[in-house]
Amino acid sequence: MSLNIIVLAKQVPDTRNVGKDAMKEDGTINRAALPAIFNPEDLNALEQALRLKDANPGSTVTLLTMGLPRASEIIREAIYRGADSGIVLTDRVLGGADTLATSYSLAQAVKKFGNYDIILGGRQAIDGDTAQVGPQIAEKLGIPQVTYAEEILDLRDGFVTVKRRLENGVETVKAPLPCVVTVNGSAAPCRPRNAMRVQKYKYAVSPSEAAKLSDERKALLEKRPYLNLQEWSAAYVEADPAQVGLAGSPTKVKAIENVVFTAKDCRVLDGSDACIEDLVKELIANHTIG
Amino acid sequence: MANFYTDNPDLKHHLTHPLMEKIVALKERNYTDAEKFDYAPLDYEDAQDSYDKVLEIVGEICGDIIAPNAESVDHDGPSVADGRVTYAPATQENIDACRKAGLMGMAMPRRYGGLNFPITPYIMAADIVSRADTGFENLWGLQDCAETIYEFADEDQKQRFISRVCQGETMSMDLTEPDAGSDLQSVMLKATEQPDGTWRLNGVKRFITNGDSDIHLVLARSEAGTKDGRGLSMFIYDKRDGGVNVRRIENKMGIKGSPTCELTYKDAKAELCGSRRLGLIKYVMALMNGARLGIAAQSVGVSELAYREALSYARDRKQFGKAIIEFPAVYEMLSVMKAKLDASRSLLYECARFVDVYKIYDDIAKERSLTPDERKESKRYSRLADSLTPLAKGMGSEYCNQNAYDCIQIHGGSGFMKDYACERLYRDARITSIYEGTTQLQVVAAIRHVTTGTYLGLIREYQSVDVKPELQALKDRLAVMTETYAKAVEAVGAVEDQAYADFMARRLVEMAGVTVMSYLLLLDADRNDSFARSAEIYANLAQAEVEKHAGFIASFKPAEVALYKVD
Repeated sequence: MSLNIIVLAKQVPDTRNVGKDAMKEDGTINRAALPAIFNPEDLNALEQALRLKDANPGSTVTLLTMGLPRASEIIREAIYRGADSGIVLTDRVLGGADTLATSYSLAQAVKKFGNYDIILGGRQAIDGDTAQVGPQIAEKLGIPQVTYAEEILDLRDGFVTVKRRLENGVETVKAPLPCVVTVNGSAAPCRPRNAMRVQKYKYAVSPSEAAKLSDERKALLEKRPYLNLQEWSAAYVEADPAQVGLAGSPTKVKAIENVVFTAKDCRVLDGSDACIEDLVKELIANHTIG
Repeated sequence: MANFYTDNPDLKHHLTHPLMEKIVALKERNYTDAEKFDYAPLDYEDAQDSYDKVLEIVGEICGDIIAPNAESVDHDGPSVADGRVTYAPATQENIDACRKAGLMGMAMPRRYGGLNFPITPYIMAADIVSRADTGFENLWGLQDCAETIYEFADEDQKQRFISRVCQGETMSMDLTEPDAGSDLQSVMLKATEQPDGTWRLNGVKRFITNGDSDIHLVLARSEAGTKDGRGLSMFIYDKRDGGVNVRRIENKMGIKGSPTCELTYKDAKAELCGSRRLGLIKYVMALMNGARLGIAAQSVGVSELAYREALSYARDRKQFGKAIIEFPAVYEMLSVMKAKLDASRSLLYECARFVDVYKIYDDIAKERSLTPDERKESKRYSRLADSLTPLAKGMGSEYCNQNAYDCIQIHGGSGFMKDYACERLYRDARITSIYEGTTQLQVVAAIRHVTTGTYLGLIREYQSVDVKPELQALKDRLAVMTETYAKAVEAVGAVEDQAYADFMARRLVEMAGVTVMSYLLLLDADRNDSFARSAEIYANLAQAEVEKHAGFIASFKPAEVALYKVD
């Protein structure tokens, strides 16, 4: 059975190696100081997608990403690892989107894409850490969602069986297709780039990148159609302008503070019920929990 | 998130050597493959970009997977049960990563599913892999055997076997037997022809690296009643046919992740590769030269890791109130390690480029006849490659052992413990100067290029290159060294005594080796300032070596050889 698989991915600043200059004066990310990378858990999702493709010959894996035009870098990266093609959803009006506007825009793109069997994505992106976009897309599409997936165990007869990694153990669930599955970082790492595919696809470009190329390279794009990546605009996916970008984002950033941890001493609790109850009350009172 | 290619700019320096443009144009037949294969390069720049990108994949897999796995691979090792080998789990992970990345048939032509890389970037990958895990380089590097199939097997065999190697099946070369090590003429494994044209193999092989591989090249005695090399032929054994079992695997000092097997052949079906009787005298010699270049690359990878481990420890370790790297005794050791590393790497890639030129001409000669100029050039490079291979293998492997030794020394007592990578490195390094021909046998292969003047001719060519003014003084010193070497060759040659000539061979070969490497570093420094330091430091070392040997030869009387003789 051949499948149409969509992988949602995001190009993110590499927040894992944050240096002193990672944040600007105003508290926003200094993107110039941080390399843009393939969001790590989206790579785990891509691996699950590629395994489905391996097991179901004839399947296609399409990467869908929303971002700046340069996000086509992660599409090439995915193609080097085995994906078939990719779409960058990019438009000035999409900028400044929170998770609600992002999931709306991506859901519109998925609808435009049409015929799909399963949508995979990373659990969350390392720049926002919300884990909201995947589930919200499922809601907007009106399809089931399976979160915290560690491994897709089986896919047949219109159902997918997924192992979920939860706080206290694992859970195996079955969901009807199509559905959204968000994948945990504990899932299998993504396979490496393939030497042959890198050589075949290294000149793959999106239309906005193609515009800057030499005539010689443009001619190559005509000769080798598979080198043309897709770029979709908000209008193309028929997105309501009021629901995208800053306009469609109810989340407003009030202020950003640079937090420096000051408390260094630790408290030892004796483990009695009373002691634990006191601590819980204290944590609720200072809004650490609850 | 380490990348063993991009963190080492020296590699790109060698990859972009001026001779590469010619090599790649020849290899790619002026880039005509681009019409047939969508991953073939369009021009030289495109080819270099592809090598760069693929080596980046190699570097990433090495940095992120193979190197972090090295300790557990060394600890777990492979196991054998019911005649079959199981790799250490992490070894299997390494192999899977290389397979998925498509790094298993790098130098094979595209029509069999390979990447059609010249030897030089392929050898660079070996250099990088060896730094990550020396023993794993053996398993990965045995894809070299496909080269022998490509050169000597028939088209049908190439189609069947090379494509499988490119897909990731592993290989082994089954040469050694209990009574046939360095002396392969004594191989006994019996090959018997069947009425259907296939063969059956019976006997035992020993010390076979990756002996449970998918596809074996086997040296066996096809001519009953013969006793020497002329009765041996090369066979291809396919594991799918069965008949070869692993009796045991050796418990080795180093490269523990690579299974070294004793094999029993019981009526194992095999097919002849190439012509009868040419097994040893032609095919194994070709196979060996490729394998020796592989060990030279493996040695350089070990030297690289030894230097890096030592440098990082010397920067961190504080004694007497400062980092030990600030003490002359330590920084001298480090600088000499780096100079030996740089020298052996320059020699490795010079040799790889020479191999590339003549092998590509050999291959072109299968398609059309070469012009007289091309034939002449091919012959010249073949001879140069033949001369530099034993130097690169012999001296490179000795240097990596020295560097591994010094790496432990810099670690002090901690280096003697199992806590640091340097002890594994020290054990892994040890085999490089033994297998694929000991250092002593490399001397035997190299000495004829001393006496026939191949080395001196090459040195004279290096001398004819103009260098930057600031390097002129260094170049003048090397000229003096060269004359000292030339005189020593003459002095030894003037004595008609075979035992004396054999006795002095190692000295002359070493003098040639250090002189060649000094010139290579001079030329590297001319192209890239970052080599200037190593060029100076290595010249100091080389000069002292040359003078030491010259002094020994001058004061040594041929009759004294008898003094060394032990019964």
